[in-house]
Amino acid sequence: MSDAIFAEYLLRLGDSHLVLGHRLSEWCGRGPMLEEDIALTNIALDCIGHASVLLRLAGQVDGTQRSEDDLAYLREAVQFRNLLLVEQPNGDFACTMARQFLFSAWAGGLYDLLQQSTDSTLAAAAAKFAKEISYHLRHSREWMLRLGDGTDESHRRLQEAIDDLWPYTGELFQLWPGDADLIERRLIPHPERLQAPWTARITEVFSAAAITLPSPGAHMFSGGPLGRHSEKLGYLLAEMQIVARSFPGAAW
Amino acid sequence: MKQARSAEDAWQVLATVIDPELPVLSIVDLGMVRRIALDGPGVRVAITPTFTACPALQVIERNVVAALSAAGFAPVRVETVLAPPWTTDWMSDQARDKLKAYGIAPPSAGTVVACPRCAGIDSERISAYGSTPCKALYRCRSCLEPFERFKCV
Repeated sequence: MSDAIFAEYLLRLGDSHLVLGHRLSEWCGRGPMLEEDIALTNIALDCIGHASVLLRLAGQVDGTQRSEDDLAYLREAVQFRNLLLVEQPNGDFACTMARQFLFSAWAGGLYDLLQQSTDSTLAAAAAKFAKEISYHLRHSREWMLRLGDGTDESHRRLQEAIDDLWPYTGELFQLWPGDADLIERRLIPHPERLQAPWTARITEVFSAAAITLPSPGAHMFSGGPLGRHSEKLGYLLAEMQIVARSFPGAAW
Repeated sequence: MKQARSAEDAWQVLATVIDPELPVLSIVDLGMVRRIALDGPGVRVAITPTFTACPALQVIERNVVAALSAAGFAPVRVETVLAPPWTTDWMSDQARDKLKAYGIAPPSAGTVVACPRCAGIDSERISAYGSTPCKALYRCRSCLEPFERFKCV
């Protein structure tokens, strides 16, 4: 039995983890120090693990029986449903950590609530993911404090990163077509329920890190979950998909 | 080919399947094997991943099939079970001792992380992330040696 609406939601989550995981993997061998290089690639691996579970489920739920690899490697940018926040380029280390912090603070809250999903597979995965994401949140939070409350230079860079990324955070709490039906079926929580805890969590850290919260009325970009991406996603997918596309069906 | 007998035999076989990233522990020591059900001449094994993205999982699944097949079970089916999520609480005491002897501080409650080499309790965390998803990096302030600690989840 296929459930196109639920599959769309799973793609949105799965694609967000996949694209973020790929972005983080771009740091491999380029971290500011060895421990951080290892941390960034470990977080990348976790994200890709989460994507793998979610995309596999999406391929079952939509009735096409596509594997997670089919979905990751054989779709075009307009078919990707990820949030715009995660496709933003790594920038400097402050920018990567700010993006991680904004995302992990949101994802942690989401997976806490998804453990009550009426879909038992998603609920089980959420319990597992929540534990792993708590590590990402702790790590990125520590860096937010260290950079924000560090030197003038680190503070300036972190504030710039937050200002640049802020317009992509509106999507995190947006209601997308089909969501109302999923909320009705208690498959997913209403995205508005995530907003107050997220705001409280980031405000506490911003305040300790002396970071100014961008204006709440600022313009927000929107459209990733509808397939409207920036050109940046195209470059990312070109690199991520080239081997699978050049050698179809290759196994090793 | 030997004649397969019971679920108990299957458990004994799985106690020989080691985690490639932690070559002193079997998947039974780790508590990854949740269920074994005989299915005619075959067997069904339910495994819970320690970490979602554990790169060793596919190798482990292959090794489970190979070991049980060699012991005469056919067909062997492996399924992944996500709920309840794996926790370090499922690791046996024997497994914790083996980890320590191997040089990895076992997961433990509380904030004290004892050095697996000199048993000193004055250690510091260098990084929450290590060479595999299940380990963090520490340094002992007594003997000054770095060591890995199994993450508590």
